[in-house]
Amino acid sequence: MSDDIRNGGEEIFDEPTGSMAEDSADEPTASPTESEVEADGAADLPPPAEPPSTSSQSGSGGMGRRDVLKALATVPVLGALGYTALRRRGLDADERRRLLDELGIEDEGAALFSEFETRTHPDKIRVGVIGYGEEGESLVRSLGFAHPDWFEERREAKLEDPRDTSLEEWLDQENLNVELTAVCDLFDVRAERAIVASTQTIRPGGDTRQLEPAKRYRHFEELVAAPDVDAVIIATPDHWHTRIAVAAAEMGKHVYCEKCMTRTEDEVWPMAEAVRSSGIVFQLGHQNRQMESHDKARQVIEKGILGPVTLVETTTNRNDPWGAWVWEIHEKGNPRSIDWELFQEEAANKVPFSLERFFRWRCWYDYGTGLSGDLLSHEYDAVNQILDLGIPHSATASGGIYFFKDGRDVPDVWQAVLEYPDRDLTLVYSATLANGYQRGIRMMGHDATMEVGPRLKVTADGLSTRYKEMLEEGFLKTDRPLLTYQTGFKGVDAVTTATQEYFASRGLLFTYRGGRRVSTYYLHLREWLSCIRYGGTPSCNIDRGIEEAITCHMATKSYREGRRVYWDPIERRIV
Amino acid sequence: MRSEYSGVQLTALVAVRFAIGWHFFYEGVSKFVNPYWTAAGYLESSQGFMSEYFLDLAANPGTLAFVDQLNVWGLILVGLGLMLGGLTRTATVFGIIMLLLYYLATPPWPGLEYTIPAEGAYLIINKTLIELCALLVTLFFPTGHIVGLDRLLRLARARGSVQESYA
Repeated sequence: MSDDIRNGGEEIFDEPTGSMAEDSADEPTASPTESEVEADGAADLPPPAEPPSTSSQSGSGGMGRRDVLKALATVPVLGALGYTALRRRGLDADERRRLLDELGIEDEGAALFSEFETRTHPDKIRVGVIGYGEEGESLVRSLGFAHPDWFEERREAKLEDPRDTSLEEWLDQENLNVELTAVCDLFDVRAERAIVASTQTIRPGGDTRQLEPAKRYRHFEELVAAPDVDAVIIATPDHWHTRIAVAAAEMGKHVYCEKCMTRTEDEVWPMAEAVRSSGIVFQLGHQNRQMESHDKARQVIEKGILGPVTLVETTTNRNDPWGAWVWEIHEKGNPRSIDWELFQEEAANKVPFSLERFFRWRCWYDYGTGLSGDLLSHEYDAVNQILDLGIPHSATASGGIYFFKDGRDVPDVWQAVLEYPDRDLTLVYSATLANGYQRGIRMMGHDATMEVGPRLKVTADGLSTRYKEMLEEGFLKTDRPLLTYQTGFKGVDAVTTATQEYFASRGLLFTYRGGRRVSTYYLHLREWLSCIRYGGTPSCNIDRGIEEAITCHMATKSYREGRRVYWDPIERRIV
Repeated sequence: MRSEYSGVQLTALVAVRFAIGWHFFYEGVSKFVNPYWTAAGYLESSQGFMSEYFLDLAANPGTLAFVDQLNVWGLILVGLGLMLGGLTRTATVFGIIMLLLYYLATPPWPGLEYTIPAEGAYLIINKTLIELCALLVTLFFPTGHIVGLDRLLRLARARGSVQESYA
């Protein structure tokens, strides 16, 4: 150490690269002082006894210039790293700011979660459920009434995959202060399941009241007339929706109706009339309305980030029997446990008792409209939610029964093309029930394309007019999204670096920051209940329902009649 | 000048220490400046015998926030320690612990498959484990006292003890 001072500066530069030669110990010139101090400096070895003479060797108390230089040898490189990192951070932030400014997008968080505060609801709402099949059971569970079998299933699912937190999420739901007071199902087993669920004391939001069991009604008319029913959930096959909703509305009962709103075009108007004239709160069961990313997608459209959108592509791909409505035929299903005659009272064609038709009703036009009412309805409603499309000018549909040749009369591969000339836009729906490739929704504009799912992804078009300059200067690239939005995250993220893009593309469905994972079913029901209690119109009200039903029926009509059909806005009918 | 290393040995050891430090530091800084970063995704992809523990960390917002902070600052401080050669031993030990946790969260063992694509092909040994092994070298072949702030710390301590013995 004291060496440095004696020898001047030259040796300093040798030191880090090799002046501490292996044989230095043998060097006669090596001063004892130096080796002492060096050994002492060995960070992890016990320092040898220190001769008091050491400090006197160096004027600065054992710390020479060389020591300082060696000690700080790595600092300049660190400085360079720090500078580069900070500069890059600054550039990233600048680019991000510029991009957000150019796009006119605010950097605020999600609307849904900021309004999502838990409140207590002093007035109880008594709900009746009509149709307690798989969907009815899901809806009732989302209200807070689960069958014990479900708890068992959740426990088993958790054992198999510890990531399964559906039970915790359900328990974290708010106490909606509802009671399940009535059930109507034509199949005894299901009606009894609903009664069991209605008395469970394991419920969300810390609600442990012991409630009276739900009453079972053989006929929906008795249920909607019951004085202890304020609101009904209609989760029957489509052919029953209108008659039940009309009866409920006439009794002043609020209605949550599953999609498709009606089975036929003709049924749309009595339903709409009954809802409007009674003033009840009506919600159609398109829970996609609650998806945060759809709200953001609307913002993207409103800001004109995509430019003129001329083509929207939306899809359904499923590849399992369940997805093709080959649902379980319950072992206890038989003519004694099922009220078949009542089931087909509203059906277009009467047939002898059929377990297939009762349990797999979506496969026949007598009870539903197949892909149209089941899945185009969802996809259309999502697009309608984002673009406010309304009823199309015309519809053309085609398809066939190409895979599930099991006696059904609805197609399993089906495409519909909906034209909106006044919006200069075509909506193409394409579906197969025999392939599971996920295609999602794509909105194609002159300036950019938006992919809509739980995550939004907007990518600039290489030949965009609006982004021409930004593309030319390399500020925007077409191989990377210019904007992504991840449900549940803090806000909009303008992606400018590959790392962020990688992170965003990992497809996390939820996050634990700023929000919690919540079921859209629950949110959709909750919105309906809030409107009943505090006023307002649900997001999927009767007007949206009319648009959904007419659109689906136009496509169905086109397919069944083998021709292009049109909407007559004067007569308000499909021609 | 006597040293336990030759010049090239010292250079190589400092290079390993510094490179790992750089990696840690920049990982930490990039997480620090990214408001969207969270360990949730990584923890959720956890597999292997310790996965339940990591999943629990991710499932609780409170612990997750803590883990995130711990990660960011752990990476930054260990990175600084290794690069500057200050408190090198402590930094190295913590670095090894962190790498061990990263490794055990998503071990590339036969039979485990991950949805996050790996950029290479790994069987049992992955880059995390190699970095861990390199830190073991750094731990048992220390250099902070030769090239690094520890040199000053040691000297300051030496001076202190000398003055003490005079007193």
